[in-house]
Amino acid sequence: MGKLKYALFTGCTAKQSTPEQMMSTMAVADKLGIELVELTEASCCGASHLQDYDDFLSLVLNARNIAYAEKHGLTMVTICNTCQLNTAMTKHRLDNNAELKARVNEKLQEVGLVYAGTSKITHFLYAIIDDIGLDKIKEMVTTPLSQFNIAPFYGCHNIRPSELQNETHDTPENPYNPTSLDDLIIACGGVSVDYEEKNKCCGFHAELQSPKVAATLTGNAIAGAMDGNADWMVTPCPLCHLKLDTQTGHASHAIGREVSLPVLHMQQMIGLALGCPPETLGMKHHLTKVDFV
Amino acid sequence: MSTNKITTQKVNFKVFRFNADEDYLPYYEDYSMDVTSEEVVLDILNRIKWDHDGSFSYRRSCRHGICGTCAIKVNGRSTLACKESMTEMIKIFGNELTIEPLSKKRAIKDMIIDKADFWEKHEQVTPFLDAEIDENPTLENLVSPAEANALDEADLCIQCGACHYACPVVEISDAFMGPAAFAAAYRFEADVRDGNESRLTDVNQMGSGVWDCVKCFECAEACPKEINPIEKIGKLHNMLFQSGQADSNIATRHAVGFVKSIKHNGVLDEGGLVLYSELAGIVKHVPVALKMFSKGKIVPPWGITKSDNLDEIQKLVKSSSTAKF
Repeated sequence: MGKLKYALFTGCTAKQSTPEQMMSTMAVADKLGIELVELTEASCCGASHLQDYDDFLSLVLNARNIAYAEKHGLTMVTICNTCQLNTAMTKHRLDNNAELKARVNEKLQEVGLVYAGTSKITHFLYAIIDDIGLDKIKEMVTTPLSQFNIAPFYGCHNIRPSELQNETHDTPENPYNPTSLDDLIIACGGVSVDYEEKNKCCGFHAELQSPKVAATLTGNAIAGAMDGNADWMVTPCPLCHLKLDTQTGHASHAIGREVSLPVLHMQQMIGLALGCPPETLGMKHHLTKVDFV
Repeated sequence: MSTNKITTQKVNFKVFRFNADEDYLPYYEDYSMDVTSEEVVLDILNRIKWDHDGSFSYRRSCRHGICGTCAIKVNGRSTLACKESMTEMIKIFGNELTIEPLSKKRAIKDMIIDKADFWEKHEQVTPFLDAEIDENPTLENLVSPAEANALDEADLCIQCGACHYACPVVEISDAFMGPAAFAAAYRFEADVRDGNESRLTDVNQMGSGVWDCVKCFECAEACPKEINPIEKIGKLHNMLFQSGQADSNIATRHAVGFVKSIKHNGVLDEGGLVLYSELAGIVKHVPVALKMFSKGKIVPPWGITKSDNLDEIQKLVKSSSTAKF
């Protein structure tokens, strides 16, 4: 097997409010021998809000991002669930609607680009599971996380809508009973915590317009993990991470109970298990102290 | 023709039991049954009642997936009992299944819930064709296939409530109208024959409005008719902008703010977006923002790495924009 190489769509968050996610992505890719070609031309995906205002513009901009991955002839890897959804949904809609694809390409032509539909789009979590394999991860673990109960928090946009599952990775999972992150925790030597909120919403997308609802959902998620006796949580989504890590004050207030747990990005958890030096994983950027490293 | 043989396997059911007239708290009853691959969830409900406990209560009627009365939850998944095959449930969840009503807090007796909130919200969106009818027409009122397709299957809704009670916002906020009511609003707004002039405004203003959807896609998964209610909510957002009825509020500025940011940087200016959305309301974010800043989580506008080939993005924003605010 040659060296794994992907086009990396970082999304905006990894470059701004979750710098630790960018650091740990690069550290883990290095450890796993993955080459990531960063799509520095990419724009914001619109985060599922731009489309509420202007659906066509959202399609054009996402198609442009994909066109750059296609130029490299590479699978596009995302590290944010919402980037994953918006990009994969754009691909899904264009690949299934020739007229829409033609309209989008008419625009892309103005800047010398074309969307062909040749690049697969997958989240880093699934790229690791599909292309490296959990057995290989298990073999590579140098610091098993065996003393930790770890609560997986999947994040909506990796698991719903399920119609995208078959298009984005080889191991489609059911949104009502997802397993990928649990399996990854186990491969890293940890104990995965089963709790009701693991596949539920963190509230991120309504945080500004509906802060109480958003904070309640965040609070319920952390409370569920705490009641499941988790030592910490792990998520593949930087937006979920922002809610769970930085909004514990609002969340506690909303549900009338003090809730707080360290929350790791999926990449940080893999990095710890594979023996990456903790300082390369950026835990110092978290608001909720990661006290066990 | 399928030649699959009928198979049987043992399944353990944990069934929610509650009688609001007698019980202080709900409890769960265990039943173990041999389930055949041909059965649907409703068959199991029937067998619990017929073979185990005649007092077990649930709603059912047509058994053809059209009356919408038999929706319940299996392992937390909204399910139209007469349509959902047991084989599929076992495939997803294994042989330990929990049967619960759509909303535990609204339970009256076992699977039967008080659906009043669903109907009240549904009623508020004027869920019928509102049109001037010529009582003595001389010609048919033709609707073209393209016009019919604009409904995008929203007319297939059977008001079963599966999406409504799968919505996490409905669960915690009585003010939110919920995916079914919004899908119904879309169904009539998108109908070329409809002449109602206030529905879209109503939808925008009633309860907590149309902007509080958390975008979790639970409704899309729950719908047994695959209506995709969240997509209809997005279309209502688009309609509000297109008709010029989207008033300036946090949510609308948030959506529009993405274009502003993308035009300027290609990527998002996270802080700038919050400021543009919140205006003076930004002050409430200051305590957390200061903490985030101290941890290196806030990049000032001048520190943002803009997208390469930004001119392309700006050109596309200019040529491909279809909405105005």
